[in-house]
This record gives sequence, structure tokens and C-alpha cells, in this order.
Amino acid sequence: MALLEVKGLEAFYGRTQALHGLDFELEEGGITTILGANGAGKTTTLRSICGMVRNNGAISFDGQALIGQATENIVRQGIAHVPEGRGTFVRITTEENLRLGAYTIKGAREVADGMERVYAYFPRLKERRNQQAGTLSGGEQQMLAVGRALMLRPRLMLLDEPSFGLAPLIVKELFEILRTINREEKVSMLLVEQNATLALNLADHAYLLETGRVVMSGTSDDIASDEAVRQSYLGY
Amino acid sequence: MDLFLQQTFSGLANGAIYACVALAVVMIYQAIDHFNFAQGEMAMFSTFIAWQLMQWGIPFWLVFPICIVISFAGGVAIERIIFGPIHDAPVLSHVIVFIALFSIFNSLAGFIWEFTIKPFPSPFPEAKLLDTNLIGNHELGMIVVVLFMLSLIYLFFRFTPIGLAMRAAAANPESARLVGISVKWMLSLGWGLAAAIGAVAGMLIAPVVFLEPNMMLGILLYGFAGAVVGGLTSPGGAVAGGLLVGVAENLAGTYLIGSELKLTFALIMIVGVLLLRPAGLFGRVVVNRV
Ligand SMILES: Nc1ncnc2c1ncn2[C@@H]1O[C@H](COP(=O)(O)OP(=O)(O)OP(=O)(O)O)[C@@H](O)[C@H]1O
Ligand SMILES: [Mg+2]
Repeated sequence: MALLEVKGLEAFYGRTQALHGLDFELEEGGITTILGANGAGKTTTLRSICGMVRNNGAISFDGQALIGQATENIVRQGIAHVPEGRGTFVRITTEENLRLGAYTIKGAREVADGMERVYAYFPRLKERRNQQAGTLSGGEQQMLAVGRALMLRPRLMLLDEPSFGLAPLIVKELFEILRTINREEKVSMLLVEQNATLALNLADHAYLLETGRVVMSGTSDDIASDEAVRQSYLGY
Repeated sequence: MDLFLQQTFSGLANGAIYACVALAVVMIYQAIDHFNFAQGEMAMFSTFIAWQLMQWGIPFWLVFPICIVISFAGGVAIERIIFGPIHDAPVLSHVIVFIALFSIFNSLAGFIWEFTIKPFPSPFPEAKLLDTNLIGNHELGMIVVVLFMLSLIYLFFRFTPIGLAMRAAAANPESARLVGISVKWMLSLGWGLAAAIGAVAGMLIAPVVFLEPNMMLGILLYGFAGAVVGGLTSPGGAVAGGLLVGVAENLAGTYLIGSELKLTFALIMIVGVLLLRPAGLFGRVVVNRV
């Protein structure tokens, strides 16, 4: 059984409908990417899974129905969302941000362990642990967002354009770390990206979204070698 | 010089009252991002509950914690029942509900306990503790209690996970939900804490101004002034601001403007600070880069 199963997902902002019946699934331990142009509905899809937009249809996570549950309860089942724009708590320190990520984790030992793991992945965050998080650079805030998500000890990570605004070298580094997290910590990932080359490289499965509908799906290799995709998304 | 000292100390005594109220104002402002105009009336109502408990023969030292617990629960209930449903409504709706709460508490207190002035005992001993006429026991006690509350609040927000979660929920509700924080419970908790602090303020103020439904009217304005002067983001600033307003008002009343214009002076302080330093004297200016 798939870890995440989405059927007939519709989402609404006021009276405008942003998703028109999406179907997709994600295997436990896998990395799936959702590609699409600006406004295709990628962010909306991730926000629907976390119960942050009005939606209907069916979303099941590990057999549990998610639709209708409050965001904080969905999160508690092991879904960590790295949101578009990074969602930094700007007024508090880096370390307090990480501490908040572990809000649902009971036990000081577990929290301390989590902190050490995050600092091992992102030594830069350790150097900046007492710095006000709003003053971190864009790349550092992205690392912090991933670190905060990791603190939750998630089974599934939702990543909304983690490469956005980062220098190519940092992006490469970040994606290496994501791959390691996926392998070592057995965290499944649903990745939304503008940078299709990068995403197809990391993911095993891909879905292509156009104006709120899935127009193509398959393994990353299949999608990457598709002529139409190559021209409109990969640019060669 | 004597007059100056005398007025400074009596200003500090008043300031302690304002500091109490300012602290409650800042607490709720931190939690909900609005001024709660009904704050003073809630505190007054709590004080009446304390008075009633004492009338029934319960000793002060028991009444004090009971009243705090009742007020806390009342604050939570008000948020749950009244503000929960209108959470996403425009600011104006909130303001109107604040005003409604204000008049409900005011007239309810008058209806139950009547508008006659009632004495309220001071919890502090009568005998002189300090060999000075500059400040009385009750005023001194008040300052000590306020500073004690302030340190509790500081420790709570700085070092407990719930305190950190409350700050997070207020500053960035969306991200807070994404780490599993129930933002609506944090709001309720904020209301509960503010109501509890208000109750302490009311019980400390009542021995000085006497107990009656309108006892908080003027004081709330000074409390707002203290909170604004100190900076709405800083509990410590609110206390300092309250003391400052008390002293400044007294000195200005003595040397500059006479006592009739004291309240005007408080309003001028609010406007002046907002013009010159919108974040308040001690408020943190948020550094934010994206
Ligand atoms: N808060 C909102 N109110 C109204 N419409 C919205 C809102 N957020 C998104 N939309 C609309 O929903 C559609 C999907 O938006 P979404 O943010 O999911 O796109 P996206 O694929 O993430 O795009 P991008 O790559 O630019 O981030 C768009 O047409 C957008 O205009
Ligand atoms: Mg998006």
C-alpha cells in the first residue's frame, strides 16, 4: 500500500478552484516530484495535504484519512512541511526555531539528539545557533527550514521549492543532503520544484501538473526522456 | 528636593498600578495582536469575585490563588466562546466585541454588587517595614509583586516549550501549525494568562482606589500609556513604562501643569512616543530579511 494516496483532490481559494481532481500516490521510502509551471497548483497540492486550503476528495496517509483534520493534527502524524518562503520564525534564534520543530517530540534526550543530527547535516546552522533567525541568509534559512522539519522526526517531508533563490553550489549541497536524509533516515519525500532537471535527478517518480490537473506521470527517467517535457521544462 | 523625592516616590506608587495593568495589556497584545479595551473591566470583575469570596469568609491568602484560577479559566472561556468563532473577522468586529464585553462586565458588576464604593483589604502588613515616609507598605508590596510576576513571565516565555510555542503562534501562526502547535489553544492560553495577571492587578489596586465598577476607567488609560511607552512587545518594557508614566505624570503635575491635566499628560505621552519611537522605548525592532 502506498504511504500517501490522493484521489480526486479539489482545492478552492474562495470561489476559484485551483485543483481539479488530482490523483497521485507516493511509495514509502520514495521521492516523488511534482513539476509544473507557475500557478499550476503545486503549492496548493502540498498545502491541501496539510489541511491549509479548503479542499475535498480523499487523501490518505498510512491508511488514515487526512481531509477535514486540523493542520496541527496532520503534522503530528509525521508529515513535515517545508513551506514556500521557508516559514522562518524571524524574531527568535536559530536554535529556538529548531526547538519549535520538535514541539511534538516528548523527552529532552530525543530533542537534543535531533538537534545534533541537524547540526551534523548543517554545520553552518550550529555556528549560527544563537543568531536571530530573521538575519540568516536565504540559503541558511532554507537549511533551517529543512532542519526544523527534520526535528519533527517525520515519515513524510513535503518540500516546496527548496532550491528557490539559492546559489547553484548551495542547491547542489542541499539536494545531496536531502538524498542522504531520504536514505539514512527513511524519510519519504514529496518535492515541488521549478528546477525540473534537479528534481528529476533526485526523485524516482514524477507527476506533471497543468492548471490543476495531472497531465503526465511516470518514473523520473521516463519523464526526463519525454520529448515534450524536455522542450518545455528541461529546456534542451 | 524633599518635594521632588516625595513626588517621585508617590509617582512610583501610582506607577506600580499602571505597570500591573500595562503588563496585562502587553500579554494580551502579544497573544492576539489587538488592544483589549475590556481588559480593565475584566480585572475589575475578578476583583469583585475576590471581594465576594472574602465576604463569604474565605481568608485573603486563599482568595488570592482562587481568584487567579477563576480569572484564568474565565479568560480562556471568553476566547473560546466569543473570539474563537470570529477569529477571521475584520478588526472592526473585534473592536465592537471588546466594547460589548466592556459594557457587559461593567453593568453586570453594577447589577450584582451595586455601584457603591467598597473597601478592599491590603494583603500587606500595616506596621512600617521601612523607616521612611516616602513610600507605604502597600505600594512597596505592589512593586515587589509586579516585579515577581514579571520574572515569572520572563522565565515562562524564555525557557518553557509552551512559552516558546505561544510566541511562535503569535508571530507566525502558519509556521506554528506546521510544527504541530495548536494556535487556537495558544490564543486561549494568552487570554487566560492576561486575565490572571489582570486579576492580580485588580486585587493590588483595589485597596488604593477602592472597589467599584468604574475603578479601572482612568487606570486602564494609564496602563495603555505605560504599555505603549515601554513597547508593546516587551513585558519588561511595559513595567518600566508603567513606572515611568507614574513618575512623569506626578512630576509634571507638581512642577508644570497642575493636577487637572494629568490624564491629558498621559495621552500626550502615548502620542509622543508613537510619533518618535513607534516600537516604544524598550520594544524590539524586528530585523527581517528575506
Ligand atoms: N491565496 C490565494 N488566493 C487566491 N488564489 C490563489 C491563492 N493562492 C494561489 N492561488 C491560485 O491558485 C493557483 C495555483 O497556485 P499555486 O500557488 O498552487 O501555484 P504553484 O504551482 O505553486 O506556482 P509557483 O510555481 O509560482 O509557486 C494559481 O492560479 C493561483 O493564482
Ligand atoms: Mg508554489
